[in-house]
Amino acid sequence: MPIVETAAPSKNQAQARRPHIVVRGLTMAYGSFVLMRNLNFSVQHGDIFIIMGGSGCGKSTLLRHLLGLKEPATGEIFYDDFNFTKADPGQRELMRRRFGVLYQSGALWSSMTLAENIGLVLEEFTDLSATEIREVASLKLALVGLKGFEDFYPSEISGGMQKRAGLARAMALDPEILFFDEPSAGLDPISSRLLDDLILQLRDNLGSTVVVVTHELASIFAIGNNSIFLDIDSRTATAGGDPKELLAHSTDPKVQRFLRRGVEPAASK
Amino acid sequence: MREAEHIDTAAQASVNRNGDNLVVRVSGAWHLKHNLPSPNLLKTALDAAPKPAAVIFDSSGLQRWDSGLLAFLLAASDVCHQLGVKEDRSRLPIGVQRLLQLAEAVPEKEGTQSEHIRESIVERVGEVTEGFFEHSGTFVDFLGQVAIALGRFLVGRARYRKSDLMVIVQDCGANALGIVTLISFLVGVILAFMGAVQLQQFGAAIFVADLVGIGMTREMGAVMTAVIMSGRTGAAFAAQLGTMKVTQEIDALTTLGVSPVEFLVLPRMLALILMMPLLCLYSDFMGILGGAAVGVLLHVSPISYFQETVHALRLFTIRGGVFKATVYGILIALAGCLRGFQCGNSSSAVGDAATSAVVTSIVMVVVACGLFAVIFNILGI
Repeated sequence: MPIVETAAPSKNQAQARRPHIVVRGLTMAYGSFVLMRNLNFSVQHGDIFIIMGGSGCGKSTLLRHLLGLKEPATGEIFYDDFNFTKADPGQRELMRRRFGVLYQSGALWSSMTLAENIGLVLEEFTDLSATEIREVASLKLALVGLKGFEDFYPSEISGGMQKRAGLARAMALDPEILFFDEPSAGLDPISSRLLDDLILQLRDNLGSTVVVVTHELASIFAIGNNSIFLDIDSRTATAGGDPKELLAHSTDPKVQRFLRRGVEPAASK
Repeated sequence: MREAEHIDTAAQASVNRNGDNLVVRVSGAWHLKHNLPSPNLLKTALDAAPKPAAVIFDSSGLQRWDSGLLAFLLAASDVCHQLGVKEDRSRLPIGVQRLLQLAEAVPEKEGTQSEHIRESIVERVGEVTEGFFEHSGTFVDFLGQVAIALGRFLVGRARYRKSDLMVIVQDCGANALGIVTLISFLVGVILAFMGAVQLQQFGAAIFVADLVGIGMTREMGAVMTAVIMSGRTGAAFAAQLGTMKVTQEIDALTTLGVSPVEFLVLPRMLALILMMPLLCLYSDFMGILGGAAVGVLLHVSPISYFQETVHALRLFTIRGGVFKATVYGILIALAGCLRGFQCGNSSSAVGDAATSAVVTSIVMVVVACGLFAVIFNILGI
């Protein structure tokens, strides 16, 4: 398993230990069906925070709550001491401008070219001229290895390329927090590794906080320095912290099984 | 799987008693695509006789097998399990034994089989009523958001792409001309023939022009255009927005802080508001042409037909039809976009959304048509 050394973010050491996202007593429910209850965790500035757990345990739903696309049944979400759950729609919108989101399927707007997809974000929130927008869009596409694809429509490129274009759109505004929903799903191992490297570089160079939903073990160990483990049976978070620490020290058999692909800890020693 | 050494015989299962034990013998070629014996015969045998000590599966006559055999054995072993009878699988092929172990490795999860409880009629009526009010709520909410978006458009602060608007205008305007031409012309022809049968008896064939002219401009032009656009454009709106919901494109707009109602619904509604009056006028004209074609058959010259039409029509009647068409356009855009936003998260849900958009918009158009008839009558127009 390729384990890339995660250097702690060197700059802004003081800021790095301040919580960026705090979740208190969050309960997620669809109608009367409770998916997860009493989630409590905090994400520091510059963390790469992994939301992990088995299929169907509510990882993506937790992400939707963090983005404000779904309302919590109970509990609150804070960004830098700003109560996101209680905020009115206008304030929420302002907060969302600091987010960049890469959706599971890329979610590029299919009626627009890649440059227009990125351009729309810039048009909304900057005063750049049309040529400047085009230049920034080209830059963002070049950063994800899609130079020259400005005038392609999403349906004309492959799934992996759509995902990278989605990432280019997510980082169009140099967001403070980047959210990734299953970034490596549907990517080959090499592309997935390149995406991991890209995420690390973004964090190190922009100082962004990154929240990743994934169950790709290689990625979890390569990039994550903080995490939460959602357990579907007890319907709450049963572990959290640095995934490598969890692997070495966690006594929870479910966490161990998950992090070792089902191999019992005793057998692997 | 083994090569067939000779011609396969049909799959057979027999249950025989052997001392204290029950022997289930499977023989022949077990393939999913051929008829397979039912596992029920084991259950009947177990129910009938005194309980055996064990059930022995024997495959000595088995030729070839696939999942068909496994399904049979799994069902048979479920029966044994329920009755608490031991099984002996040692005489089955080793591959079958392993696959059965694999199938039984994870115990059935409780509560996964959804229970179909028969609800009483009162309960169902209650549920449907609750659902109706819930839906009315979302509709009113959506209507409010659209009104806000239109308001922002009027003060020039709405966020949408002009190029999107142009594409939609072309799609629901120019591209719809062909079908509107055909249908309107034929409606004109039908109206003319209907009237001609009666009017000819009085030698008043020329009044077909009055009938077709007033009928088209007052009602039929607007209604036929609306029905065509419901099927053509309303369904397309629902499918487009539904797909965008499935692929999370709408979520991407929301997290970006762009209102999906402004960005997606507004241009669609504007396009229909702009195009419906024009299409309605065009439809009126085509209908009158259709009537004139029938007039020629009735020996009414085209010139006198058009003179009669011009004489019969009043600008007010035409304006009434165009006004109605505009309202129908708003209703079609509302229904299409609402159903698109309500779409679930699968490809079949997109199909449902398109279907229900067409149904909703046609119902709304017909209801509105009825209301207009009453209101215009009261106002004496």
